[in-house]
Amino acid sequence: MLKIHCPYCETDLPETEFHGEGEAHIVRPENMADISDAEFEKFFFIRDNHKGIVFERWRHLHGCGRFFNAVRHSVSDKFIKTYKAGEKKPELSQEDIDAVLPPAKSTPANEPIYADAVEGEK
Amino acid sequence: MARFSAFAVAKEAMLSNKGWKKQWENPEPKSSYDVIIVGAGGHGLATAYYLAKEHGITNVAVLEKGWLGGGNTGRNTTIIRSNYLYDESAGMYNHAINLWENLSQELNYNVMFSQRGVMMMAHNVHDCQVFQRHVHANRLNGVDNQWLTPEQAKEFCPPLSISKSARYPVMGAALQKRGGVARHDAVAWGYARKASEMGVHIIQQCEVKGINRDASGAVTGVETTRGTIGAKQVGVVAAGHTSVLMEMAGVQMPLESYPLQALVSEPVKPIFPCVVMSNTVHAYISQSDKGELVIGAGTDQYTSYSQTGGLHIATHTLEAICEMFPIFGRMKMLRSWGGIVDVTPDRSPIVAKTPVKGLYVNCGWGTGGFKATPGSGNVFAHTIAKDAPHKINEGLHLERFRTGRLVDEAAAAAVAH
Repeated sequence: MLKIHCPYCETDLPETEFHGEGEAHIVRPENMADISDAEFEKFFFIRDNHKGIVFERWRHLHGCGRFFNAVRHSVSDKFIKTYKAGEKKPELSQEDIDAVLPPAKSTPANEPIYADAVEGEK
Repeated sequence: MARFSAFAVAKEAMLSNKGWKKQWENPEPKSSYDVIIVGAGGHGLATAYYLAKEHGITNVAVLEKGWLGGGNTGRNTTIIRSNYLYDESAGMYNHAINLWENLSQELNYNVMFSQRGVMMMAHNVHDCQVFQRHVHANRLNGVDNQWLTPEQAKEFCPPLSISKSARYPVMGAALQKRGGVARHDAVAWGYARKASEMGVHIIQQCEVKGINRDASGAVTGVETTRGTIGAKQVGVVAAGHTSVLMEMAGVQMPLESYPLQALVSEPVKPIFPCVVMSNTVHAYISQSDKGELVIGAGTDQYTSYSQTGGLHIATHTLEAICEMFPIFGRMKMLRSWGGIVDVTPDRSPIVAKTPVKGLYVNCGWGTGGFKATPGSGNVFAHTIAKDAPHKINEGLHLERFRTGRLVDEAAAAAVAH
Protein backbone atom coordinates (compact mmCIF):
# COMPACT_ATOMS: atom_id res chain seq x y z
CA MET A 1 0.00 0.00 0.00
CA LEU A 2 1.27 3.45 -0.87
CA LYS A 3 1.56 6.31 1.57
CA ILE A 4 0.36 9.47 -0.12
CA HIS A 5 0.85 13.09 0.88
CA CYS A 6 -2.33 15.14 0.43
CA PRO A 7 -1.18 18.68 -0.46
CA TYR A 8 -4.38 20.16 0.98
CA CYS A 9 -4.46 18.25 4.28
CA GLU A 10 -0.63 18.41 4.40
CA THR A 11 -0.47 14.91 5.84
CA ASP A 12 0.89 11.52 4.76
CA LEU A 13 -2.05 9.13 4.63
CA PRO A 14 -2.65 5.51 3.57
CA GLU A 15 -3.58 4.84 -0.04
CA THR A 16 -7.01 3.48 0.91
CA GLU A 17 -8.13 7.06 1.64
CA PHE A 18 -7.41 8.02 -1.97
CA HIS A 19 -8.71 7.23 -5.41
CA GLY A 20 -6.39 7.09 -8.43
CA GLU A 21 -7.71 9.20 -11.30
CA GLY A 22 -5.26 8.43 -14.08
CA GLU A 23 -2.81 10.52 -16.08
CA ALA A 24 -2.52 14.22 -15.16
CA HIS A 25 -2.15 17.34 -17.30
CA ILE A 26 -4.48 16.15 -20.05
CA VAL A 27 -6.19 19.37 -21.12
CA ARG A 28 -9.79 19.09 -22.23
CA PRO A 29 -10.18 20.87 -25.59
CA GLU A 30 -12.37 23.94 -25.34
CA ASN A 31 -13.76 23.48 -28.84
CA MET A 32 -14.84 19.88 -28.31
CA ALA A 33 -17.44 19.94 -31.09
CA ASP A 34 -14.92 21.11 -33.69
CA ILE A 35 -11.95 18.83 -33.07
CA SER A 36 -11.18 15.89 -35.36
CA ASP A 37 -11.69 12.26 -34.43
CA ALA A 38 -7.91 11.88 -34.18
CA GLU A 39 -7.67 14.77 -31.73
CA PHE A 40 -10.53 13.35 -29.68
CA GLU A 41 -8.85 9.95 -29.63
CA LYS A 42 -5.65 11.51 -28.33
CA PHE A 43 -7.47 13.42 -25.62
CA PHE A 44 -9.80 10.64 -24.55
CA PHE A 45 -8.04 7.31 -25.09
CA ILE A 46 -4.30 7.67 -25.76
CA ARG A 47 -2.15 7.51 -22.62
CA ASP A 48 1.61 7.90 -22.06
CA ASN A 49 1.71 4.87 -19.75
CA HIS A 50 5.40 5.58 -19.11
CA LYS A 51 7.73 3.13 -17.48
CA GLY A 52 9.55 5.65 -15.32
CA ILE A 53 8.42 9.10 -14.15
CA VAL A 54 4.64 9.53 -14.36
CA PHE A 55 2.38 12.49 -13.63
CA GLU A 56 -0.97 11.41 -12.30
CA ARG A 57 -4.13 12.67 -10.63
CA TRP A 58 -5.37 11.49 -7.27
CA ARG A 59 -8.44 12.38 -5.27
CA HIS A 60 -8.48 12.40 -1.48
CA LEU A 61 -11.83 10.65 -1.62
CA HIS A 62 -12.22 9.65 2.03
CA GLY A 63 -10.75 12.89 3.34
CA CYS A 64 -10.95 16.40 2.00
CA GLY A 65 -12.43 15.12 -1.26
CA ARG A 66 -10.16 17.28 -3.41
CA PHE A 67 -8.24 16.43 -6.57
CA PHE A 68 -4.48 16.91 -6.73
CA ASN A 69 -1.53 15.81 -8.85
CA ALA A 70 1.48 13.65 -8.10
CA VAL A 71 4.82 12.68 -9.64
CA ARG A 72 5.77 9.06 -9.11
CA HIS A 73 8.17 6.49 -10.52
CA SER A 74 6.14 3.66 -12.03
CA VAL A 75 8.69 0.95 -11.27
CA SER A 76 9.66 1.81 -7.69
CA ASP A 77 6.17 3.31 -7.04
CA LYS A 78 7.91 6.04 -4.96
CA PHE A 79 6.50 9.56 -5.07
CA ILE A 80 8.71 12.55 -5.85
CA LYS A 81 6.04 14.99 -4.76
CA THR A 82 2.35 15.85 -4.81
CA TYR A 83 0.98 19.29 -5.66
CA LYS A 84 -2.34 21.06 -5.82
CA ALA A 85 -4.62 20.90 -8.84
CA GLY A 86 -4.06 23.82 -11.21
CA GLU A 87 -0.37 24.14 -10.37
CA LYS A 88 2.09 23.82 -13.23
CA LYS A 89 3.85 20.55 -13.99
CA PRO A 90 6.91 20.76 -11.72
CA GLU A 91 10.45 20.82 -13.10
CA LEU A 92 12.35 17.82 -11.77
CA SER A 93 16.02 17.84 -10.87
CA GLN A 94 18.24 14.83 -11.42
CA GLU A 95 18.43 14.47 -7.64
CA ASP A 96 14.64 14.20 -7.43
CA ILE A 97 14.66 11.42 -9.99
CA ASP A 98 17.67 9.59 -8.53
CA ALA A 99 15.92 9.47 -5.16
CA VAL A 100 13.03 7.40 -6.51
CA LEU A 101 14.82 5.08 -8.94
CA PRO A 102 14.37 1.37 -8.28
CA PRO A 103 17.53 -0.31 -6.94
CA ALA A 104 19.96 -0.78 -9.83
CA LYS A 105 20.66 -4.40 -9.09
CA SER A 106 17.12 -5.42 -8.28
CA THR A 107 16.04 -8.50 -10.18
CA PRO A 108 12.29 -8.37 -10.68
CA ALA A 109 11.21 -11.72 -12.01
CA ASN A 110 10.76 -10.58 -15.58
CA GLU A 111 14.13 -8.89 -15.91
CA PRO A 112 17.23 -10.78 -17.06
CA ILE A 113 18.87 -12.47 -14.10
CA TYR A 114 21.87 -14.17 -15.63
CA ALA A 115 25.22 -12.43 -15.54
CA ASP A 116 25.74 -12.52 -19.32
CA ALA A 117 22.39 -10.92 -20.00
CA VAL A 118 22.98 -8.17 -17.45
CA GLU A 119 26.39 -7.46 -18.96
CA GLY A 120 24.84 -7.29 -22.41
CA GLU A 121 22.70 -4.43 -21.20
CA LYS A 122 25.63 -2.11 -20.53
CA MET B 1 11.95 -34.43 -31.28
CA ALA B 2 10.88 -37.65 -29.57
CA ARG B 3 7.13 -37.96 -29.19
CA PHE B 4 5.65 -38.24 -25.72
CA SER B 5 3.60 -41.39 -25.30
CA ALA B 6 2.74 -43.95 -22.64
CA PHE B 7 5.35 -46.21 -24.25
CA ALA B 8 8.04 -43.50 -24.05
CA VAL B 9 7.25 -42.85 -20.38
CA ALA B 10 7.43 -46.57 -19.58
CA LYS B 11 10.69 -46.93 -21.48
CA GLU B 12 12.28 -43.95 -19.73
CA ALA B 13 11.10 -45.29 -16.38
CA MET B 14 13.15 -48.42 -17.08
CA LEU B 15 16.19 -46.35 -18.06
CA SER B 16 16.14 -44.04 -15.01
CA ASN B 17 14.74 -41.21 -17.15
CA LYS B 18 18.15 -40.52 -18.63
CA GLY B 19 16.97 -40.47 -22.25
CA TRP B 20 14.88 -37.28 -22.21
CA LYS B 21 16.31 -34.62 -24.51
CA LYS B 22 16.24 -30.84 -24.39
CA GLN B 23 12.73 -29.76 -25.39
CA TRP B 24 13.65 -26.67 -27.38
CA GLU B 25 16.80 -25.16 -28.87
CA ASN B 26 18.58 -22.15 -27.39
CA PRO B 27 20.09 -20.63 -30.57
CA GLU B 28 22.25 -17.56 -31.09
CA PRO B 29 20.27 -14.86 -32.95
CA LYS B 30 20.80 -14.68 -36.72
CA SER B 31 21.32 -11.30 -38.39
CA SER B 32 17.80 -11.33 -39.82
CA TYR B 33 14.51 -13.22 -39.91
CA ASP B 34 11.29 -13.01 -41.94
CA VAL B 35 9.27 -12.29 -38.80
CA ILE B 36 10.25 -11.24 -35.29
CA ILE B 37 7.82 -11.75 -32.42
CA VAL B 38 8.63 -9.64 -29.34
CA GLY B 39 7.63 -11.52 -26.22
CA ALA B 40 7.86 -15.26 -25.56
CA GLY B 41 4.75 -15.64 -23.46
CA GLY B 42 1.88 -17.90 -24.40
CA HIS B 43 0.48 -15.52 -27.01
CA GLY B 44 3.85 -14.85 -28.65
CA LEU B 45 4.88 -18.51 -28.75
CA ALA B 46 1.45 -19.50 -30.06
CA THR B 47 1.81 -16.88 -32.80
CA ALA B 48 5.18 -18.33 -33.82
CA TYR B 49 3.77 -21.86 -33.75
CA TYR B 50 0.80 -21.02 -36.00
CA LEU B 51 3.02 -18.97 -38.35
CA ALA B 52 5.10 -22.10 -38.87
CA LYS B 53 2.29 -24.62 -38.88
CA GLU B 54 -0.49 -22.89 -40.80
CA HIS B 55 1.39 -20.40 -42.95
CA GLY B 56 4.70 -22.17 -43.57
CA ILE B 57 6.71 -19.23 -42.20
CA THR B 58 9.48 -20.83 -40.16
CA ASN B 59 12.21 -18.18 -40.42
CA VAL B 60 10.87 -16.64 -37.23
CA ALA B 61 12.51 -15.40 -34.02
CA VAL B 62 10.69 -14.97 -30.74
CA LEU B 63 12.65 -12.50 -28.59
CA GLU B 64 12.23 -12.54 -24.84
CA LYS B 65 13.91 -10.25 -22.32
CA GLY B 66 13.55 -12.72 -19.45
CA TRP B 67 12.75 -16.39 -19.88
CA LEU B 68 9.90 -17.88 -21.86
CA GLY B 69 6.58 -18.00 -20.05
CA GLY B 70 8.04 -15.95 -17.18
CA GLY B 71 5.67 -12.99 -17.46
CA ASN B 72 1.91 -13.10 -17.19
CA THR B 73 1.76 -16.59 -18.70
CA GLY B 74 3.37 -17.89 -15.52
CA ARG B 75 1.43 -15.58 -13.21
CA ASN B 76 -2.24 -15.88 -14.11
CA THR B 77 -4.98 -17.96 -12.47
CA THR B 78 -5.44 -20.11 -15.63
CA ILE B 79 -9.19 -19.60 -15.99
CA ILE B 80 -10.62 -20.40 -19.42
CA ARG B 81 -14.12 -19.37 -20.52
CA SER B 82 -15.78 -17.70 -23.49
CA ASN B 83 -19.08 -16.32 -22.18
CA TYR B 84 -18.45 -12.72 -23.25
CA LEU B 85 -21.27 -10.46 -24.39
CA TYR B 86 -20.26 -9.01 -27.74
CA ASP B 87 -19.94 -10.83 -31.07
CA GLU B 88 -16.25 -9.91 -31.49
CA SER B 89 -15.37 -11.29 -28.06
CA ALA B 90 -17.55 -14.37 -28.38
CA GLY B 91 -15.91 -15.13 -31.73
CA MET B 92 -12.40 -14.76 -30.36
CA TYR B 93 -12.80 -16.61 -27.06
CA ASN B 94 -14.88 -19.42 -28.54
CA HIS B 95 -12.27 -19.87 -31.27
CA ALA B 96 -9.77 -20.24 -28.42
CA ILE B 97 -11.87 -22.85 -26.59
CA ASN B 98 -12.24 -24.85 -29.79
CA LEU B 99 -8.45 -24.90 -30.06
CA TRP B 100 -7.96 -25.62 -26.34
CA GLU B 101 -10.06 -28.77 -26.63
CA ASN B 102 -7.55 -30.41 -28.95
CA LEU B 103 -4.39 -28.62 -27.87
CA SER B 104 -2.73 -31.41 -25.88
CA GLN B 105 -3.08 -33.82 -28.82
CA GLU B 106 -1.99 -31.22 -31.35
CA LEU B 107 1.13 -30.21 -29.42
CA ASN B 108 1.79 -33.73 -28.12
CA TYR B 109 2.21 -31.99 -24.77
CA ASN B 110 -0.21 -32.31 -21.87
CA VAL B 111 -1.52 -28.82 -21.18
CA MET B 112 -3.91 -30.36 -18.62
CA PHE B 113 -6.95 -28.58 -20.03
CA SER B 114 -9.74 -29.45 -17.63
CA GLN B 115 -13.30 -28.43 -18.55
CA ARG B 116 -14.56 -28.43 -15.00
CA GLY B 117 -16.99 -25.56 -15.52
CA VAL B 118 -16.79 -21.86 -14.70
CA MET B 119 -19.54 -20.48 -12.49
CA MET B 120 -20.10 -16.72 -12.20
CA MET B 121 -22.06 -15.74 -9.11
CA ALA B 122 -24.89 -13.19 -8.98
CA HIS B 123 -25.36 -11.36 -5.68
CA ASN B 124 -28.01 -8.75 -6.45
CA VAL B 125 -30.91 -8.06 -8.80
CA HIS B 126 -28.69 -6.22 -11.24
CA ASP B 127 -26.28 -9.18 -11.43
CA CYS B 128 -29.20 -11.55 -12.08
CA GLN B 129 -30.50 -9.41 -14.93
CA VAL B 130 -27.09 -8.83 -16.50
CA PHE B 131 -26.03 -12.48 -16.27
CA GLN B 132 -29.32 -13.73 -17.72
CA ARG B 133 -28.87 -11.30 -20.58
CA HIS B 134 -25.38 -12.71 -21.02
CA VAL B 135 -26.76 -16.28 -21.04
CA HIS B 136 -29.19 -15.41 -23.83
CA ALA B 137 -26.66 -13.39 -25.85
CA ASN B 138 -24.12 -16.21 -25.50
CA ARG B 139 -26.60 -18.81 -26.74
CA LEU B 140 -27.36 -16.68 -29.79
CA ASN B 141 -23.62 -16.71 -30.49
CA GLY B 142 -23.38 -20.47 -30.06
CA VAL B 143 -21.55 -20.11 -26.72
CA ASP B 144 -22.76 -22.44 -23.97
CA ASN B 145 -23.93 -20.76 -20.78
CA GLN B 146 -26.76 -21.58 -18.40
CA TRP B 147 -28.56 -20.00 -15.48
CA LEU B 148 -28.55 -21.76 -12.10
CA THR B 149 -30.58 -21.17 -8.97
CA PRO B 150 -28.61 -20.86 -5.69
CA GLU B 151 -29.52 -24.48 -4.85
CA GLN B 152 -28.26 -25.71 -8.22
CA ALA B 153 -25.09 -23.66 -7.75
CA LYS B 154 -24.54 -25.27 -4.34
CA GLU B 155 -25.03 -28.70 -5.88
CA PHE B 156 -22.43 -27.91 -8.56
CA CYS B 157 -19.98 -26.50 -6.00
CA PRO B 158 -20.62 -27.96 -2.51
CA PRO B 159 -18.20 -25.67 -0.58
CA LEU B 160 -20.33 -22.67 -1.61
CA SER B 161 -22.37 -20.94 1.10
CA ILE B 162 -25.82 -19.88 -0.10
CA SER B 163 -26.80 -18.55 3.31
CA LYS B 164 -29.48 -15.86 3.07
CA SER B 165 -27.83 -13.95 5.89
CA ALA B 166 -24.61 -13.31 3.98
CA ARG B 167 -23.78 -9.66 3.32
CA TYR B 168 -24.04 -10.40 -0.41
CA PRO B 169 -26.12 -13.60 -0.64
CA VAL B 170 -25.87 -15.79 -3.73
CA MET B 171 -28.99 -15.16 -5.83
CA GLY B 172 -28.05 -17.30 -8.80
CA ALA B 173 -25.18 -18.13 -11.10
CA ALA B 174 -24.25 -18.38 -14.75
CA LEU B 175 -22.43 -21.62 -15.55
CA GLN B 176 -20.30 -22.28 -18.60
CA LYS B 177 -19.61 -26.01 -18.56
CA ARG B 178 -17.07 -25.86 -21.40
CA GLY B 179 -14.94 -23.49 -19.33
CA GLY B 180 -12.22 -24.60 -16.95
CA VAL B 181 -8.51 -24.35 -16.34
CA ALA B 182 -5.23 -25.44 -17.96
CA ARG B 183 -1.62 -25.76 -16.81
CA HIS B 184 -0.23 -22.34 -17.74
CA ASP B 185 3.48 -23.26 -17.90
CA ALA B 186 2.74 -26.32 -20.03
CA VAL B 187 1.01 -24.08 -22.57
CA ALA B 188 4.15 -21.99 -23.02
CA TRP B 189 6.40 -25.06 -23.00
CA GLY B 190 4.20 -27.00 -25.42
CA TYR B 191 4.08 -24.17 -27.95
CA ALA B 192 7.82 -23.48 -27.53
CA ARG B 193 8.70 -27.13 -28.09
CA LYS B 194 6.62 -27.48 -31.26
CA ALA B 195 7.66 -24.10 -32.66
CA SER B 196 11.33 -24.88 -32.03
CA GLU B 197 10.88 -28.26 -33.70
CA MET B 198 9.61 -26.50 -36.84
CA GLY B 199 12.64 -24.19 -36.93
CA VAL B 200 11.50 -21.14 -34.96
CA HIS B 201 14.30 -19.51 -32.94
CA ILE B 202 13.32 -18.76 -29.35
CA ILE B 203 15.90 -16.28 -28.05
CA GLN B 204 15.73 -15.63 -24.33
CA GLN B 205 17.46 -12.90 -22.32
CA CYS B 206 17.32 -10.70 -25.39
CA GLU B 207 15.61 -7.42 -24.60
CA VAL B 208 14.35 -5.25 -27.45
CA LYS B 209 15.70 -1.71 -27.00
CA GLY B 210 14.53 -0.12 -30.24
CA ILE B 211 12.52 -0.70 -33.40
CA ASN B 212 14.34 0.26 -36.62
CA ARG B 213 12.53 1.80 -39.58
CA ASP B 214 13.63 2.89 -43.06
CA ALA B 215 13.07 6.26 -44.76
CA SER B 216 9.55 5.27 -45.81
CA GLY B 217 8.73 4.47 -42.18
CA ALA B 218 8.55 0.70 -42.69
CA VAL B 219 10.00 -1.63 -40.07
CA THR B 220 13.48 -3.02 -40.83
CA GLY B 221 14.25 -4.81 -37.58
CA VAL B 222 14.97 -4.35 -33.91
CA GLU B 223 17.83 -3.27 -31.66
CA THR B 224 18.37 -5.69 -28.83
CA THR B 225 20.75 -6.32 -25.95
CA ARG B 226 22.24 -9.01 -28.20
CA GLY B 227 22.70 -6.80 -31.25
CA THR B 228 20.70 -5.63 -34.25
CA ILE B 229 18.34 -8.16 -35.77
CA GLY B 230 16.65 -7.47 -39.11
CA ALA B 231 13.07 -8.32 -40.08
CA LYS B 232 10.44 -6.94 -42.42
CA GLN B 233 7.65 -7.84 -40.03
CA VAL B 234 7.65 -7.37 -36.26
CA GLY B 235 4.81 -8.49 -34.02
CA VAL B 236 4.70 -6.96 -30.54
CA VAL B 237 3.13 -9.35 -28.00
CA ALA B 238 4.47 -7.82 -24.81
CA ALA B 239 1.43 -7.48 -22.50
CA GLY B 240 2.18 -4.87 -19.82
CA HIS B 241 5.18 -3.45 -21.70
CA THR B 242 3.36 -2.88 -25.00
CA SER B 243 3.24 0.91 -24.57
CA VAL B 244 7.00 0.98 -23.96
CA LEU B 245 7.76 -1.04 -27.09
CA MET B 246 5.28 0.71 -29.38
CA GLU B 247 6.71 4.07 -28.37
CA MET B 248 10.01 2.90 -29.89
CA ALA B 249 8.20 2.93 -33.24
CA GLY B 250 6.45 6.22 -32.50
CA VAL B 251 3.02 4.66 -31.94
CA GLN B 252 1.12 5.88 -28.90
CA MET B 253 -1.26 3.32 -27.47
CA PRO B 254 -4.65 3.56 -25.73
CA LEU B 255 -3.28 1.42 -22.91
CA GLU B 256 -2.63 1.64 -19.20
CA SER B 257 -0.54 -0.91 -17.31
CA TYR B 258 -1.62 -2.04 -13.85
CA PRO B 259 -0.34 -4.61 -11.37
CA LEU B 260 -2.68 -7.58 -10.99
CA GLN B 261 -2.20 -10.01 -8.12
CA ALA B 262 -2.83 -13.66 -7.49
CA LEU B 263 -2.16 -15.94 -4.57
CA VAL B 264 -2.21 -19.62 -3.71
CA SER B 265 -2.96 -21.46 -0.49
CA GLU B 266 -1.23 -24.42 1.03
CA PRO B 267 -2.06 -27.58 -0.95
CA VAL B 268 -4.97 -29.66 0.30
CA LYS B 269 -6.83 -32.73 -0.94
CA PRO B 270 -9.41 -32.25 -3.73
CA ILE B 271 -12.21 -30.09 -2.37
CA PHE B 272 -13.09 -27.59 -5.05
CA PRO B 273 -14.62 -29.09 -8.21
CA CYS B 274 -14.95 -26.08 -10.51
CA VAL B 275 -13.99 -22.44 -11.02
CA VAL B 276 -16.02 -19.81 -9.20
CA MET B 277 -15.92 -16.12 -10.07
CA SER B 278 -17.75 -13.29 -8.46
CA ASN B 279 -17.36 -9.84 -9.96
CA THR B 280 -19.53 -8.20 -7.34
CA VAL B 281 -17.64 -9.22 -4.22
CA HIS B 282 -14.48 -9.81 -6.24
CA ALA B 283 -13.50 -13.43 -5.73
CA TYR B 284 -11.89 -15.77 -8.24
CA ILE B 285 -11.05 -19.25 -7.04
CA SER B 286 -10.23 -22.72 -8.29
CA GLN B 287 -8.04 -25.59 -7.12
CA SER B 288 -4.91 -26.63 -8.96
CA ASP B 289 -4.08 -30.28 -9.56
CA LYS B 290 -1.31 -29.80 -7.00
CA GLY B 291 -4.02 -29.03 -4.44
CA GLU B 292 -3.48 -25.32 -3.91
CA LEU B 293 -6.43 -22.98 -3.99
CA VAL B 294 -5.63 -20.53 -6.78
CA ILE B 295 -7.09 -17.11 -6.02
CA GLY B 296 -7.19 -14.07 -8.26
CA ALA B 297 -7.19 -10.60 -6.69
CA GLY B 298 -7.81 -7.25 -8.32
CA THR B 299 -5.69 -4.59 -9.96
CA ASP B 300 -4.18 -1.68 -8.09
CA GLN B 301 -5.68 1.71 -8.79
CA TYR B 302 -2.51 3.28 -10.20
CA THR B 303 -0.43 2.43 -13.26
CA SER B 304 2.75 0.60 -12.40
CA TYR B 305 5.40 -1.73 -13.80
CA SER B 306 6.47 -2.95 -10.37
CA GLN B 307 5.10 -6.52 -10.63
CA THR B 308 3.86 -6.21 -7.08
CA GLY B 309 0.59 -4.97 -5.66
CA GLY B 310 -0.88 -3.61 -2.45
CA LEU B 311 -1.67 -6.04 0.34
CA HIS B 312 -5.11 -4.50 0.84
CA ILE B 313 -6.10 -5.62 -2.67
CA ALA B 314 -5.40 -9.28 -1.85
CA THR B 315 -7.03 -8.92 1.58
CA HIS B 316 -10.21 -7.64 -0.02
CA THR B 317 -10.42 -10.76 -2.18
CA LEU B 318 -9.75 -13.09 0.75
CA GLU B 319 -12.56 -11.47 2.72
CA ALA B 320 -14.95 -12.25 -0.12
CA ILE B 321 -13.63 -15.83 -0.41
CA CYS B 322 -14.13 -16.40 3.32
CA GLU B 323 -17.71 -15.19 3.16
CA MET B 324 -18.64 -17.27 0.10
CA PHE B 325 -16.70 -20.33 1.29
CA PRO B 326 -16.61 -20.31 5.12
CA ILE B 327 -14.90 -23.72 4.94
CA PHE B 328 -11.72 -21.92 3.77
CA GLY B 329 -11.69 -19.51 6.72
CA ARG B 330 -8.60 -21.10 8.28
CA MET B 331 -6.63 -21.92 5.13
CA LYS B 332 -3.10 -20.55 5.04
CA MET B 333 -1.95 -18.61 2.01
CA LEU B 334 1.47 -19.69 0.76
CA ARG B 335 2.51 -17.22 -1.90
CA SER B 336 1.30 -14.10 -3.64
CA TRP B 337 2.69 -12.30 -6.66
CA GLY B 338 1.88 -9.69 -9.25
CA GLY B 339 2.02 -9.28 -13.00
CA ILE B 340 1.60 -6.20 -15.17
CA VAL B 341 -1.54 -6.17 -17.30
CA ASP B 342 -2.22 -3.78 -20.18
CA VAL B 343 -5.77 -2.51 -20.10
CA THR B 344 -7.65 -0.87 -22.99
CA PRO B 345 -10.42 1.68 -22.48
CA ASP B 346 -13.10 -0.80 -23.64
CA ARG B 347 -11.46 -3.84 -21.97
CA SER B 348 -11.24 -5.65 -25.30
CA PRO B 349 -7.93 -6.66 -26.87
CA ILE B 350 -6.18 -5.14 -29.87
CA VAL B 351 -5.00 -7.76 -32.37
CA ALA B 352 -4.17 -5.76 -35.43
CA LYS B 353 -1.97 -4.02 -37.94
CA THR B 354 -0.61 -0.64 -36.88
CA PRO B 355 -0.07 2.64 -38.76
CA VAL B 356 3.60 1.56 -39.18
CA LYS B 357 4.20 -0.74 -42.15
CA GLY B 358 5.41 -4.15 -41.02
CA LEU B 359 4.52 -3.57 -37.36
CA TYR B 360 1.73 -5.60 -35.77
CA VAL B 361 0.42 -5.58 -32.24
CA ASN B 362 -1.36 -8.09 -30.04
CA CYS B 363 -2.15 -6.47 -26.70
CA GLY B 364 -4.79 -5.12 -24.37
CA TRP B 365 -5.84 -8.50 -22.99
CA GLY B 366 -6.06 -6.82 -19.60
CA THR B 367 -6.77 -9.15 -16.73
CA GLY B 368 -7.95 -12.10 -18.79
CA GLY B 369 -5.63 -12.98 -21.65
CA PHE B 370 -4.62 -16.52 -20.74
CA LYS B 371 -7.93 -18.02 -21.84
CA ALA B 372 -7.43 -16.65 -25.34
CA THR B 373 -3.86 -17.90 -25.85
CA PRO B 374 -4.44 -20.38 -28.72
CA GLY B 375 -7.08 -18.24 -30.47
CA SER B 376 -5.05 -15.07 -30.12
CA GLY B 377 -1.88 -16.66 -31.50
CA ASN B 378 -3.84 -18.29 -34.30
CA VAL B 379 -5.48 -15.13 -35.66
CA PHE B 380 -2.41 -12.95 -34.99
CA ALA B 381 -0.29 -15.34 -37.08
CA HIS B 382 -2.89 -14.97 -39.85
CA THR B 383 -2.77 -11.17 -39.51
CA ILE B 384 1.02 -11.15 -39.91
CA ALA B 385 1.19 -13.79 -42.68
CA LYS B 386 -1.57 -12.22 -44.83
CA ASP B 387 -0.94 -8.61 -43.76
CA ALA B 388 -4.68 -8.51 -43.08
CA PRO B 389 -6.80 -9.50 -40.09
CA HIS B 390 -8.56 -12.84 -39.80
CA LYS B 391 -12.36 -12.66 -39.80
CA ILE B 392 -12.29 -13.31 -36.05
CA ASN B 393 -10.10 -10.32 -35.11
CA GLU B 394 -11.20 -7.81 -37.73
CA GLY B 395 -13.26 -5.91 -35.14
CA LEU B 396 -10.35 -5.80 -32.65
CA HIS B 397 -8.39 -3.10 -34.49
CA LEU B 398 -6.65 0.06 -33.27
CA GLU B 399 -8.87 2.44 -35.25
CA ARG B 400 -11.88 1.73 -33.07
CA PHE B 401 -10.65 4.31 -30.58
CA ARG B 402 -10.83 6.88 -33.36
CA THR B 403 -14.10 5.83 -34.99
CA GLY B 404 -15.86 5.07 -31.71
CA ARG B 405 -16.74 1.51 -32.79
CA LEU B 406 -15.72 0.09 -29.40
CA VAL B 407 -16.17 -3.50 -28.26
CA ASP B 408 -17.27 -2.33 -24.87
CA GLU B 409 -16.89 -5.34 -22.61
CA ALA B 410 -16.00 -2.84 -19.86
CA ALA B 411 -19.56 -1.58 -19.77
CA ALA B 412 -20.90 -5.09 -20.34
CA ALA B 413 -19.20 -6.63 -17.33
CA ALA B 414 -18.87 -3.49 -15.20
CA VAL B 415 -15.51 -4.75 -13.94
CA ALA B 416 -12.18 -5.72 -15.35
CA HIS B 417 -12.30 -9.34 -16.37
